[in-house]
Amino acid sequence: MPALCRDCLTTFESGGRCPSCRSPRVITHPELFDLTIAHMDCDAFYASVEKRDDPRLRDKPVIVGGGRRGVVSTACYIARIRGVRSAMPMFKALQLCPEAVVVKGRMEVYAGVSRQIRAMMEELTPKVEPLSLDEAFLDLSGTAKLHGAPPAVMLARLVRRMEAELGISGSIGLSHNKFLAKVASDLDKPRGFSVIGAAGTADFLRDKPVRMIWGVGQAAQASLERAGIRTFSDLLRWDRKDLHARFGSMGDRLWHLARGEDSRRVSPHEKPKSISNETTFAEDTASEDILDGHLWRLSEKVSDRAKAKNLAGRVVTVKLKRADHSTLTRRISLREPTQIADRIYRTARELFDQRGDDSPYRLIGVGLSELVPGEAADSSGDLLDPQAAKRAEAERAADRIRAKFGEDAILKGRALR
Amino acid sequence: MKFSIERGTLLKAVGQAQSVVERRNTIPILSNVLIEAEGDTVTFRATDLDIEVLDKAPAKVDRAGATTVSAVTLHEIVRKLPDGALVQLTDDGANGRLTVEAGRSNFSLATLPKEDFPVMATSEYSSNFACAAPALRRLFDKSKFAISTEETRYYLNGVYMHVSESDGGQVLRCVATDGHRLARIDAPLPKGADGMPGVIVPRKTVGELRKLLDDDEAEIAISVSETKVRFATPSITLTSKVIDGTFPDYTRVIPTGNTRKLEVDASEFAQAVDRVATVSSERSRAVKLSLDEDKLVLSVNAPDSGAAEEELAVAYADEHLEIGFNAKYLLEIASQVDRENAVFLFNSSGDPTLMREGNDTSAVYVVMPMRV
Repeated sequence: MPALCRDCLTTFESGGRCPSCRSPRVITHPELFDLTIAHMDCDAFYASVEKRDDPRLRDKPVIVGGGRRGVVSTACYIARIRGVRSAMPMFKALQLCPEAVVVKGRMEVYAGVSRQIRAMMEELTPKVEPLSLDEAFLDLSGTAKLHGAPPAVMLARLVRRMEAELGISGSIGLSHNKFLAKVASDLDKPRGFSVIGAAGTADFLRDKPVRMIWGVGQAAQASLERAGIRTFSDLLRWDRKDLHARFGSMGDRLWHLARGEDSRRVSPHEKPKSISNETTFAEDTASEDILDGHLWRLSEKVSDRAKAKNLAGRVVTVKLKRADHSTLTRRISLREPTQIADRIYRTARELFDQRGDDSPYRLIGVGLSELVPGEAADSSGDLLDPQAAKRAEAERAADRIRAKFGEDAILKGRALR
Repeated sequence: MKFSIERGTLLKAVGQAQSVVERRNTIPILSNVLIEAEGDTVTFRATDLDIEVLDKAPAKVDRAGATTVSAVTLHEIVRKLPDGALVQLTDDGANGRLTVEAGRSNFSLATLPKEDFPVMATSEYSSNFACAAPALRRLFDKSKFAISTEETRYYLNGVYMHVSESDGGQVLRCVATDGHRLARIDAPLPKGADGMPGVIVPRKTVGELRKLLDDDEAEIAISVSETKVRFATPSITLTSKVIDGTFPDYTRVIPTGNTRKLEVDASEFAQAVDRVATVSSERSRAVKLSLDEDKLVLSVNAPDSGAAEEELAVAYADEHLEIGFNAKYLLEIASQVDRENAVFLFNSSGDPTLMREGNDTSAVYVVMPMRV
């Protein structure tokens, strides 16, 4: 059976320790050198970057996340042992692990490291599809000749290089499609390398819970459970038509996934579907002034990102989260796509005014979706609001000033609220 | 209740009723038409709680009475009956069914009690007058394309019908706008209309009203209050709530200082716009108008799909101008012109443009340009 040493990258037949360096970190799998779709997931990415940059943190539990009221973005593996998880409210994380060092995220630094990792991945294949800063799909089909080594070797080399050059460890999942590659990368974290072959797919999936599927969250899980579906073998008993009738397009996807089938391609140029920004308050607020200030700042951020990517959106969304964590989302289509902060803000404000609920909120968000190229943005004026064109022009002028003299060179008064 | 009625008469009455009822209804009685037979007339009444239509039709009534039945089902049945058939509707009140018989066809339809049917409250109208059908038709036909569908500006979801001044005289005026284009249509003020409150007639009502206006000879009786408007012919009465909102001051939107004048054959212009717009697949297709002395070049440049250009001989005597518009908006306003040339008055490429038919100021259109 083909085997690969993850430390010295020696390939050999059948398992045991590595014949050349005696390392026990050996992967053995019948299809090891035939599989080409991989998922790379950095281990506790933000926390690892923090530990790398501040060695004093190395042996301490580290949590990256915002403020006392915020949530955990990433917890290092020491904190995870104590039960701290991503997306957990910070107060709860600190109950579980009071001695944890909480670090406010440094997104620019993480983005920088992410770019370095991405560059390394792109040396292996042009087909790299990043899912976020710290994970990506890679399709290495047809690269074996070029590299003179099968994908598995190149992937082991990639994580070894990430550790050596960037001080960041990652886990690899290697399989025959995206769904299984993503599942595999999670099997053996951290510093993992897992393989799911075509022949073993059915056996592997059988008793696994369906919540393993990326995109099946709590709500989907509950509705699947009501249908008596908990594991993949439950899914296999369902007829394709029935699944579709009950769950719509998700049903079709589930039917395929139950069989380990996933035909989605690794597409490097996945266009963003929406641009959104949100903020969680230090204290719940019902103050119209404060919320309005945030609405403006968020609209401006969304607009800045849209302008930077030369995109415009036709749909504006406002998201509010009440004190009890229930969410309120309102969206509306515009007559034409926009990227102007003033327009996003005014539309968001109209939606906000229709919320019909003056209760305090813990979070507010603004989003722009149905994105199109920026050229189609804001091309016609409004007869009934002749000032709109002037405000848009003023905004573009302010943008030019910021581009020249820096972010804070010019601000709207309401951004200071 | 038992009566016989000619199929064509029944089809017309039920057709009007079924178009008022909402297709997606959560209240069952609102899907029904109320049928009341008495003397030698049968009235058909349908409502969506905002609009009520009442249609009187002659029939041979054997037994007076009333019931309600699904408007859509009854309409479908009558539509499929042979032309010229005599239809007999019977409701014996006992089994909750309405029997519809014609020739050898026999239908039995579920009914709901007539007491459950919501009849719109009668109200006092402060203004009552009559208007000839062709004049009313022109007012609404030429303005309705500009009605907005935007929910946030709900007060634009209708035609603003009101009394206004034009050239020193009073007119009955209809205005509609969606913020991108505007239509302002005037008609001589009917006698008795001068004290009429301005009302915003909702889009759906405009559509229903249109069906009353096909007969050139008809006089339409119009009643208006602050909250309702009623249009009536001898056989049909259409009552509607009006949109509860303030129509914006449209007068400041209509440019008065536009001096660059283009005169063009409207249908030639529309066809050319339609042709060049074909190359663009975008939802809002922009057409560029390049004007030079007596020459208009229409062009579309869609980087992804292609480009098109067409030249038209026009009357234009001002300096060079380039201005872009949404092709759909141009087509819609150009198609309002039916007798004379279309006259466009421009200012600059960023300002609203005015369009009218020849020198006729009783119908003017404003359209916002697009950046191209």
